Amino acid sequence: MYSTATQSSPSLAGVKNIVLVLSGKGGVGKSSVTTQLALTLAAQGKKVGVLDIDLTGPSIPRFFGMEDKQVYQSSAGWVPVYTDASRNLCLMSLGFLLSSRGDSVVWRGPRKTAMIRQFIRDVVWGELDYLLIDTPPGTSDEHISIAEELRFCDQILGAVIVTTPQGVALADVRKELSFCKKIGFPILGIIENMSGYVCPHCSECQNIFSKGGGENLAKQYECKFLGTVPIDPKFVLMVENAKGGLQEIYGETDMAKIFAGICDKAFSEENEEEAKETAEEEKSRAATNGQ
Amino acid sequence: MPSLVDPVANKTDEGNNRTDLKAPEPEHCPGTESEEAGKADACQGCPNQDICASAPKGPDPDLPLIKDRMKGVKHKILVLSGKGGVGKSTFSSLLGWGFASDLDREVGLMDIDICGPSLPKMMGSEGEQIHTSLSGWSPIYVSDNLGMMSVGFMLPNQDDAIIWRGAKKNGLIKQFLKDVDWGNLDYLVVDTPPGTSDEHLSVTQYLKESGVDGAVVITTPQEVALLDVRKELDFCRKSGIKIIGLVENMSGFVCPNCKGESFIFAPTTGGGKALAEEFNIPFLGSVPLDPRIGKSCDHGESFVEEYPDSPATTAILDVIRQIREAVGDPQEDEDDDMDE
Repeated sequence: MYSTATQSSPSLAGVKNIVLVLSGKGGVGKSSVTTQLALTLAAQGKKVGVLDIDLTGPSIPRFFGMEDKQVYQSSAGWVPVYTDASRNLCLMSLGFLLSSRGDSVVWRGPRKTAMIRQFIRDVVWGELDYLLIDTPPGTSDEHISIAEELRFCDQILGAVIVTTPQGVALADVRKELSFCKKIGFPILGIIENMSGYVCPHCSECQNIFSKGGGENLAKQYECKFLGTVPIDPKFVLMVENAKGGLQEIYGETDMAKIFAGICDKAFSEENEEEAKETAEEEKSRAATNGQ
Repeated sequence: MPSLVDPVANKTDEGNNRTDLKAPEPEHCPGTESEEAGKADACQGCPNQDICASAPKGPDPDLPLIKDRMKGVKHKILVLSGKGGVGKSTFSSLLGWGFASDLDREVGLMDIDICGPSLPKMMGSEGEQIHTSLSGWSPIYVSDNLGMMSVGFMLPNQDDAIIWRGAKKNGLIKQFLKDVDWGNLDYLVVDTPPGTSDEHLSVTQYLKESGVDGAVVITTPQEVALLDVRKELDFCRKSGIKIIGLVENMSGFVCPNCKGESFIFAPTTGGGKALAEEFNIPFLGSVPLDPRIGKSCDHGESFVEEYPDSPATTAILDVIRQIREAVGDPQEDEDDDMDE
């Protein structure tokens, strides 16, 4: 029963790039960013898969308005949930496996580890350009497990780090950056979410959670700053009200333009190369320090 | 000073029936402390089998020690939420300041968010270190009657990540309950990480014998958050934790420029109030979003004291008053508000 991966999982064979969305802090918008990155990439004609490894608080089904969908078992493995007929965007989350949306998943570490292993090994992803992995906050079981499962994958592009501007959030995000360095995940860049809110009454921009923290963090850690994302109540409403079909309406929103810019920065070839090089340097430095 | 450089989890094994495992527990692990350890079907082929099979069995010898330590604590309150970033730590710190503003009350704050401890920063005590004495670990005192404990005080470097699996986190939580010299407390407020996993199971299990007064559950108004909070309420029911009430945080936003109110996280499904009705639990109130709360937290100040005229302060004080009533320790100066 007990085994660790010694080679890359065959079910990931058709996946070209794996991207992790990470943050040490909860509620900064990891799932929201994952959703929008997926929608943006899919709109560019890429085939995208989203894997939600936040087992005790899966939000991805809700974000895509797919809460009532289920995962099917085929002879090859679990079939992910496709969001539309064009079949270029598919999702996998524990939320699809629960019988009621209010059910809690009260699991200790070992069961979470086993579930993540199954998500990596038993899902029929097919051919994908990008597999985005949405994570829970922290640096614990889920993170250690996913790092172990992906240890032999050479498709890892890197991690997108999400933060909000206030000091309390940045402190936790620094821990996540230390984690990436230790594990050797390349960092594609930092996104500052919830940066400013435009009052619908007077159109003045208010910095509810202050501003500029993400950019300074990127400078401090010498990684790329991918951009600021404001709080857009229209997007919250769209997610709350859309019953599926997010793909068609998202392209028209202001957020789509912002995320198009972020995707261009994050997934440009030079940025990917750079992130990989820095991670390798870090890794070899860590290895020499450790000896 | 207890430091994480020499792993704390190893120290806990003295006088404990847990030994260091060779590998993470397998999926169907019966639990390293159970009678079945090392003998169950799932143990076949597990690299830890010999360790578990030879370890002494029986009830956890630490539980009586925890009970003894908790004898002097009158009220134990958990601050929970399934969702991250809704303001658990902010609210824990507000509860801490609020309870401690009554100088006759001794208050303790315990941060069991091991991977993302926020309380030291919010209480303005970042960089402090824990000292040990004969009677145990001394909490860090923010004021005369407000002590706190967090893994943040044990890190050699603030940016260090604590990359720990569940079992190791549980070991530290146990030490926070067993080895910290809390003294006599009126309130122990426990700040938790998001989710329903190791930390939550352990803290309820360790405190079962001493008894927990209940949980204050925090949410934000949008359905994406309520969805996770539902799971937390389900967890409380399953594990028999009384729910003191639900607080809706970040409810509305009053623009400081035009005073117009708007919803940042729209309550499309009725927000916290509807959820409280659905689960038949008390709704303690809505705290509006005030950007100064976040700033106070970043600077480690007490928001309630700094900005007494903010509508958020009124809401927070009202929630604190209700919590004190619910645990049977009503505020004396507000006799006219009481029903009895």
